[in-house]
Amino acid sequence: MFDGPEPIYLQIAQMIRSQVLAGETAEEEQVMSTTELATTFRINPATAAKAFALLVDEGVLYKRRGLGMFVAPGARERLLASHRDSFFAEVLDPALGQADLLGIPTSAIVDHVLGRAHPDQPTTDTPR
Amino acid sequence: MNARTAPSTSAPPSPPEPFGAQLRDVVVRYGSDDDAALDGATLTIRPGTITGLLGRNGAGKTTLAALLAAFRRPTSGTVRVGADGELEDPFENPWSTTHVQLVRESGDVWGDSKAKDTLDYYAALRPHWDADLAARLLDEFEISPRKHPDQMSRGKRSAFGAAIGLASRAPLTIFDEVYLGMDAPSRYAFYDALLADYAEHPRTIVLSSHLIDEVERLFEDVVVIDRGKVLLAEPAEDVRSRGVSLTGPAELVERFVDGREVLARQRLGGTAQVTLFGAFGTDERAAATGAGLEVGSVPVQDLFVHLTRRPGSDREEAR
Repeated sequence: MFDGPEPIYLQIAQMIRSQVLAGETAEEEQVMSTTELATTFRINPATAAKAFALLVDEGVLYKRRGLGMFVAPGARERLLASHRDSFFAEVLDPALGQADLLGIPTSAIVDHVLGRAHPDQPTTDTPR
Repeated sequence: MNARTAPSTSAPPSPPEPFGAQLRDVVVRYGSDDDAALDGATLTIRPGTITGLLGRNGAGKTTLAALLAAFRRPTSGTVRVGADGELEDPFENPWSTTHVQLVRESGDVWGDSKAKDTLDYYAALRPHWDADLAARLLDEFEISPRKHPDQMSRGKRSAFGAAIGLASRAPLTIFDEVYLGMDAPSRYAFYDALLADYAEHPRTIVLSSHLIDEVERLFEDVVVIDRGKVLLAEPAEDVRSRGVSLTGPAELVERFVDGREVLARQRLGGTAQVTLFGAFGTDERAAATGAGLEVGSVPVQDLFVHLTRRPGSDREEAR
């Protein structure tokens, strides 16, 4: 867990974002405390606290005094919007760059995209 | 400073302020002819952190720990220990003596009487001693308070010392290679107990260890000493970003080496992996990823081996 190249606190933040995006952690639901995060993943509590501070800044989490950290109302929508915004630059462009490198023609990529089945296309959250 | 007023015996003392420490140009010589055990060491231990103290055998870790705990004074230079803004010379200073707990491999226990006698001694010595925590930890480590430490296995004696260190709740607690002889389940039980208790009762912990892979994520700060000198003292995150690994087509990988020091280079057919010493900025990272390279982190252990390598006597690959 958390073996990626980024600082550990960014990887923790990404894990929590992914859980909110996937709907595994609902809005207004409590997330792990820094102590729980620290002991579960054997990391320094300050590292966990740094991840929480980042997510509070982003409006993904909010703190209820004396109770702990909760998923903010509207957090999933905000994450969906920001991930859609960065999808082309951060996900698709590197993949297309790799395709260039491998000499895969654009037509093959287009064919692949058009021929791809959409078994889990969401019915409510239609992309803009 | 309310913490310093003598606590009444009935009410539990208020939580202590975590202690920090500062060393300035510290030299420690054990004999006049010997090499210095510490040779101009300057460093700061930030209050409230878990700081990793890393160094090879004989690097000066134990001497540094003994200075912080006022077991000895430096040959020259200054050592200051205390709460933020209230640093004092710890030597022959009763205040810092009761508030600094050093746990050495020997355990600092009465070996030839019941473990309970040692617990009673520390309960009287340490103002913030938590007897319930001590009992829970002894239970967890399967240590009988009726047994004499001399009759315990090395691992059990180490675990007993670790339990005393945690239950002391001292504003500065130093664990000097306390894990020796402890088996893996006991070590992880110790790390878990340390994190859980530290999170509930913030204080300053200095942990020296050779098992870097096992403990590096526990650290907020890291101090690396080698042959009596401080090689680095900085947040663990900064240590981690001192290196980077790149994997991909060999010719492409080499383009990104760009004059950096190569710690390791592996090649399998057309694919190469290099481990580089030197930070990689956001732009370089993006460029490398964009070019199709896999950018990875370098374990602190590998950086430590590189930093403390003896030219000519150690091989780079030796771990």
